[in-house]
Amino acid sequence: MSRFASRMRVTVAVVLLGLSVSACGYNNIPTLEEQAKAKWADVQNNYQRRADLIPNLVATVQGYAKQEKDVLTAVIEARAKATQIKIDASQLTDPDKLKQFQDAQNQLSGSLGRLLAVSENYPDLKSNQNFLALQSQLEGTENRIATARRDYIESVRAYNTELKTFPGVLWASTAFRSNKPMVEFAANEGAQTPPAVKF
Amino acid sequence: MTFVPWSFEACSAHSRARGNPGQQSAGVRGPWVPAFAGTSGDEERFNLVGTCFRRFALAIAALLCTAIFSLAANLPALTGRIVDQANVIPAETRSAIEPKLSELEAKSGIQLVVATVSSLDGQEVEPYANELFRTWKLGEKTKNNGVLLLVAPNERRVRIEVGYGLEGTLTDALTKVIIQNAIAPRFKTGDFSGGIARGVDDIITVLTTDASEWQKRPSLRLDSHETRDPVSWLLVAGLIALVTLLIVSPGFRWFFLNVVLNILLNSGGSRGGGGSFSSGGGFSGGGGSSGGAGASGSW
Repeated sequence: MSRFASRMRVTVAVVLLGLSVSACGYNNIPTLEEQAKAKWADVQNNYQRRADLIPNLVATVQGYAKQEKDVLTAVIEARAKATQIKIDASQLTDPDKLKQFQDAQNQLSGSLGRLLAVSENYPDLKSNQNFLALQSQLEGTENRIATARRDYIESVRAYNTELKTFPGVLWASTAFRSNKPMVEFAANEGAQTPPAVKF
Repeated sequence: MTFVPWSFEACSAHSRARGNPGQQSAGVRGPWVPAFAGTSGDEERFNLVGTCFRRFALAIAALLCTAIFSLAANLPALTGRIVDQANVIPAETRSAIEPKLSELEAKSGIQLVVATVSSLDGQEVEPYANELFRTWKLGEKTKNNGVLLLVAPNERRVRIEVGYGLEGTLTDALTKVIIQNAIAPRFKTGDFSGGIARGVDDIITVLTTDASEWQKRPSLRLDSHETRDPVSWLLVAGLIALVTLLIVSPGFRWFFLNVVLNILLNSGGSRGGGGSFSSGGGFSGGGGSSGGAGASGSW
């Protein structure tokens, strides 16, 4: 009987130990890490959404502005390049990889901006319903990208801070030694402003 | 604020023990164990560390409080379904729109809020609307079905910000059409109340036309994972064991109390830090969020 009691005591002590350890922030690092990864998935989704809109946009513009071949091919090429680079959640600690992704997306933003600027010259195109709908979708997507990026940067900051501050730093140097700080998006000026869409 | 020293003291005690393995005899696995076996001999030292951290924690808490207040001061408070900070909605329009908004929520759970602000604080309308939406937490938490119609007359900007759950119904293209056709032309002539009233009508029409759509749409959003845990007998067994142990051992009782208090106060602290807003006028957001969907326009 007494052996049973002592065994129970050990079991419950272990359970409570777990609880109190978690109260001391043991869970913070993995939780924040998962959150940041989820936010990254959101960022990537929204870029993908933009890439998905582009073929339709190009097709619509092509119907009205065939002679703008250079601009159109530039968009198609930039899109192809941008969709090739995918970042796995585990690669978020790799600055080079993130920079590649960033550069490809920036290039796409740039050529998209040119395409929209060029389309200003075609009154028929500008009043085309399909084009208008695509434009507003594109605008909305750029906006979602901006929001998703902001959320991601915020969650990465929380995660990196947790790795460096008390009490997280204790866990980071013991239990989660393999956890590296994630790379924050270097938000450059070009990416901050979505391509201007005029109506 | 009394909880801070408590939680910090307990925490520092544990972390001290596990953070400096060098102080322990070498080879002790799970260096935190001694802290729990903690006899009263160690308590004085813990107290010393505790006081130190107590001051530190209080300073941090004070800093945090001021930070939160200064941040929230820029955004208008959610005082009702119509927040007219810029003072452009006359009383009769307000009383015409308000019942429509509350009826919409009663029928579908969708929280549609109209806000006019006197200034965007130098921000673009998109991030401002998103911040306002998230601060007000419009829409139900699990469905994220809120919509915000934001008007900034001084910046001549208007935006319809759509919650995650309604992105499929009130699409970017549709919101753009509403702004361009219903709102912007009226604003151009200075008719704010007409533009807002018409915009609200159009939004409600879009939202309520296809009921099947908005009913099934929000559940697609992955945020609302409602995993129903199976009623676990393990939990029940654990509870029984816990109670037994509490009755049997006085030392354990003390320890348990310590831990429970620690956990309770910790969670209380973080909850206090989260979005705190006054629900004046009996209206408050349901915990929804948005991610930049919708459209904006100017006139």
